[in-house]
Amino acid sequence: MTKQALWTADTRTALLLMLPSLIGFGTFFALPALRGLYISFNEWDLFSDPQLIGFRNYAQLFSDSEYWNSLRVTVLYVIYNIPIQTAIGLLLAVACTRMRSSTVMRGFLILPWLLPNVLVGLLFLWLLDPLLGIVNEFIVSLGATRVPFLTSTGSALGSIAGINIWRHVGYTSLLFFAGLQAIPKSLYEAAQIDGANAARRFWSITLPLVRPVMTFVVITSVIGSFQLFDTVAVTTEGGPTNSTEVMIWFIFKHAFERFNMGYATAASMVLFLILLAFTIAYMKYARAGESDLGS
Amino acid sequence: MTTTADRLYVWSMRTLLVVMLIATLFPLYWMVRTALTVPSSIVSDPTSLLPPTFTWGNFARVLGIVDTETAVELGGSGQAFQFFRYLLNTIVVAALITAGQVLFSSLAAYAFARLKFPGRDTLFTIYLAALMIPVIITVIPNYLLVRSFGWINTYQGIVAPFFLMTPFAVFFMRQFFLGIHRELEESALLDGAGRLRILWRIILPISKSPMVIVALITFTNSWNEYLWMLIVGRDHAVRVLTVAMGVFQAQTPQGAPDWGGLMSGAVLSALPVLVLFMFTGRHLVNSIGHTGIK
Repeated sequence: MTKQALWTADTRTALLLMLPSLIGFGTFFALPALRGLYISFNEWDLFSDPQLIGFRNYAQLFSDSEYWNSLRVTVLYVIYNIPIQTAIGLLLAVACTRMRSSTVMRGFLILPWLLPNVLVGLLFLWLLDPLLGIVNEFIVSLGATRVPFLTSTGSALGSIAGINIWRHVGYTSLLFFAGLQAIPKSLYEAAQIDGANAARRFWSITLPLVRPVMTFVVITSVIGSFQLFDTVAVTTEGGPTNSTEVMIWFIFKHAFERFNMGYATAASMVLFLILLAFTIAYMKYARAGESDLGS
Repeated sequence: MTTTADRLYVWSMRTLLVVMLIATLFPLYWMVRTALTVPSSIVSDPTSLLPPTFTWGNFARVLGIVDTETAVELGGSGQAFQFFRYLLNTIVVAALITAGQVLFSSLAAYAFARLKFPGRDTLFTIYLAALMIPVIITVIPNYLLVRSFGWINTYQGIVAPFFLMTPFAVFFMRQFFLGIHRELEESALLDGAGRLRILWRIILPISKSPMVIVALITFTNSWNEYLWMLIVGRDHAVRVLTVAMGVFQAQTPQGAPDWGGLMSGAVLSALPVLVLFMFTGRHLVNSIGHTGIK
């Protein structure tokens, strides 16, 4: 009897506590996601009524060379960004564990991550300026020629990747640092007694045992990189000649400059599917290679 | 026991730290240096490490505490940049989002962590799944929704999608609540205290530190948000700093951006978050790793 009463009381309390979050979730997450799916099957310019056109938006995407370009640019960006960012982040974390107190150091390293993307974009627009930027002044002082970082098709995307590596590497290292704390010190001591040198200890102990964190870092940073927008919006606006037109910029342009709501939402649904496929594939791969000692 | 390889390893690690520290801090220093330099000498002397001709003029221009004529004399283009307006907008928006999100997400998180109710686990899985949905999926429908409310260019329109919850905040707080010992609540339950009373009197007071972390992360994210603010809040009256900086940059005449003005604007708009970080940084740095991994 009392148990029954407690159960219903619990449910009532839960409903009360959850109500605001449920409203927020329904209104701004769940229903919009479903509505987006529906809109993607329509042709709609916001000014006239939407018209149901089935899969035509998706078919059009498939034959749109600008869309394929944006997919290519985005994947290329991820390839430029993620391996370097992850590797430096991990090495930095390892380096930090060797310091007696690294809180201040980690505090400095994470500063860029606290700044707005817009601000970071502007800052590097200035640092990388072809005429007056300090980076080019430095390059010239070394006797080389000026590099048009953000203004040439060959280097713009790489430069944007560099900018975001700068912003995120400290944050990445902080995540790894937390993961490294969980590795028992005794493993390293035993390995040292067995005569394993530092590099070998890194390959045989650190790397395999930090894998769960690695999975988390890679998945979240790849998902983040696929959604690059702010830096592009501030520095290159997709140019020069579409060389930095990433997928979100493509979607943004179609939705808010050309008012192709159906086409833009269709493109965002495809992006979602790509990210979902990537996450599932990577988790399968990470699990298949699992070699965590004991755990 | 130390071999040559080990010593090499230690030294390369140290070098990496020093190089990365310089690489991290130098751009920030250069931002400040440019902000403190007279615009004409930014052009004539782009390399000296200290400001070649020191001035507070760029800040005065950006803050709008000099009139347009003086601003042009100081090297500005005479563009309007209502810093205090944008600062106020940013504070209002970030504070509202933070307050709402931390409160309502904590309430929901407690229900998920401690109360038994039908469909709880399914619902939580759905919340978790929403963590994975890219923002762009909801941005367009949310824009259409806010537009149909007539909320474009209003505070409520900017704040609405983040005010009642984010899956991240709920998830984070739930993980913390799960770690609290049950005995703490069970004795109070036996004494006849209701769940709400326990939550208010026992749980929330001991949850200050995770709530501060969620608040910090939420505040920083809101402060830095660009895409949503750009879509629903372009108007002067509600424009936040990120949007204002983007517009300011886009409007500068081609070929001659006002770097002094832009960099002092950048310094000023980064300052509030950096000051916040100075006071809470140790806390954040030591706990950030746990936000995602658990």
